[in-house]
Amino acid sequence: MTNLISPNDFQKPAEEFTPDVEKREKIGKIFELLFLIALYVGLVVLALLLIVVLKDGFFRLTTPGFLTETPSRFPDQGGIRPAILGSFFLGLLVIVITVPIGVGAALYLEEYAPKTWWGNLIEINISNLAGVPSIVYGLLGLGVFNYFLGFGSTLISGALTLSLLSLPIIIVTAREAVRAVPNSLREASYGLGTTKWQTIWNHVLPYAIPGILTGVILSVARALGDAASLIVIGAVSFLTFNPGLFQRFMALPILIYNYITRPEPGFANAAAAAIIVLLLLILVLNGAAIYIRQRFSSFK
Amino acid sequence: MSFNDQSRSELDNAIFDISKQDNVVFDVQQVKVYYSGFMALQEVNIKIPERKIVAFIGPSGCGKSTLLRCFNRMNDLITGAKVEGRLNYQGKNIYDHKVNPVKLRRHVGMVFQRPNPFPKSIYENIAFGPRANGYKGNMDELVEQSLRRAAIWNEVKDKLKEKGTALSGGQQQRLCIARAIAMKPDVLLMDEPCSALDPISTKQVEELCLELKEHYTIIMVTHNMQQASRVSDLTAFFNTETDEVGKRRGKLVEFSPTEKIFYSPTTQEAKEYISGRFG
Repeated sequence: MTNLISPNDFQKPAEEFTPDVEKREKIGKIFELLFLIALYVGLVVLALLLIVVLKDGFFRLTTPGFLTETPSRFPDQGGIRPAILGSFFLGLLVIVITVPIGVGAALYLEEYAPKTWWGNLIEINISNLAGVPSIVYGLLGLGVFNYFLGFGSTLISGALTLSLLSLPIIIVTAREAVRAVPNSLREASYGLGTTKWQTIWNHVLPYAIPGILTGVILSVARALGDAASLIVIGAVSFLTFNPGLFQRFMALPILIYNYITRPEPGFANAAAAAIIVLLLLILVLNGAAIYIRQRFSSFK
Repeated sequence: MSFNDQSRSELDNAIFDISKQDNVVFDVQQVKVYYSGFMALQEVNIKIPERKIVAFIGPSGCGKSTLLRCFNRMNDLITGAKVEGRLNYQGKNIYDHKVNPVKLRRHVGMVFQRPNPFPKSIYENIAFGPRANGYKGNMDELVEQSLRRAAIWNEVKDKLKEKGTALSGGQQQRLCIARAIAMKPDVLLMDEPCSALDPISTKQVEELCLELKEHYTIIMVTHNMQQASRVSDLTAFFNTETDEVGKRRGKLVEFSPTEKIFYSPTTQEAKEYISGRFG
């Protein structure tokens, strides 16, 4: 064996290299600064939004009966109870409807379906569905739930329509969560003589739940804040009773939209107060999901 | 210079000697493996005797892991994998379409290259397999017995509720061996069980294998030739070959008692591989 590198090579000044570490570090610093600015842009906009909404709406929010009374045609009287209940039930129904369907579809696609071009086509189409504007789902819901199934402009039609809106996001994120489960875990389970379902139920699902919940949070928050599809379905902006499953219904985004289109000045404050309530409602739902996620993340 | 010509008769003799003395657990007959239509492993014919350690050695891509994963039909999980030929386990072809691999895997346990304990408690790691298979006996006893046999009981007996993933790499691998033993298998397949372990853990696992040989047949893939020579009774040497279209595929070159393959290999290929590594 001959040495390909002679000792002299190390003593020679390495003229072929121009290290210029200072310059390379400087470029790195510039990017770090750009990313920090990007972070602050997002934070500042959000903070401004919160401050403005709180300033406009806090007083109205604290007027007695705002949370517990039915709406009034005077801006500084009455409350938004039917809208809060409407949005709450919509959110609950969306979760109950979409989680089993979405997770089931994701599990089938990832764990059962053969990996063919047909599966890829389905995957691309589901991802595309996640980008369809909500008003299009509203029109679909109007045709299918209101007219074809004959539910009319009721809470159940609204919930089913919002479920359609949420499903693609839940399927896509649940698929990714299931795909992120390490194959070694599946192999370990199969190696012990377990069936596919035992492996999925005991190992794949517990590992994937935190990721699945992230998708649920995102999509339910989107559904709760959506007004366009509910307007098409026929949610009302004025209701004097608590919404039932097969009755006409209100929702917070609809109420907010209605309030800000009124000319009387006081309604702007009422709208801001309703926005605070909507934000809190989403916060509570997310908080619950994050709590469950924390409990299950111990599976990793 | 291949398995099929002059070395054949000597090899047959070696195998004949083996099968005369021992009960054959696995009888591999003309097994070929394809991935997405391409042949990954050329025809293999070997007999695995009972309660011996059989080592599979050879360079990367030679098909040794591929063959190992045939014994418990783990290849079924890989899309596009296809196995031809007969692989008899206790006289029955496990690739018969009537055989459910779930039943087979209960008898043929597997330990993987990277320790892969479940992210659950140590107790649950052992208890999962038996419970999933409807084990009716005393679970606490089974867990203790399995952990004892895998020589890890003393290290974990006070923390059975702690997570298996919190153990060190070597302990995790012995936990995985205990998990496989809990199913009371006939055969243990080990896919480079020490490649992710430090020398001390490796030594522990090797010693464990020698003890387990009393009860189980062990088939072990290893990159470590010294390991094969230390623990195995029989060694199968695999090599790669490039076919007409430039695709590499694996083949079995020589299957002999370990002493023979290390000190007087029959084939030139085995001699070069082994001396190259030692020299």
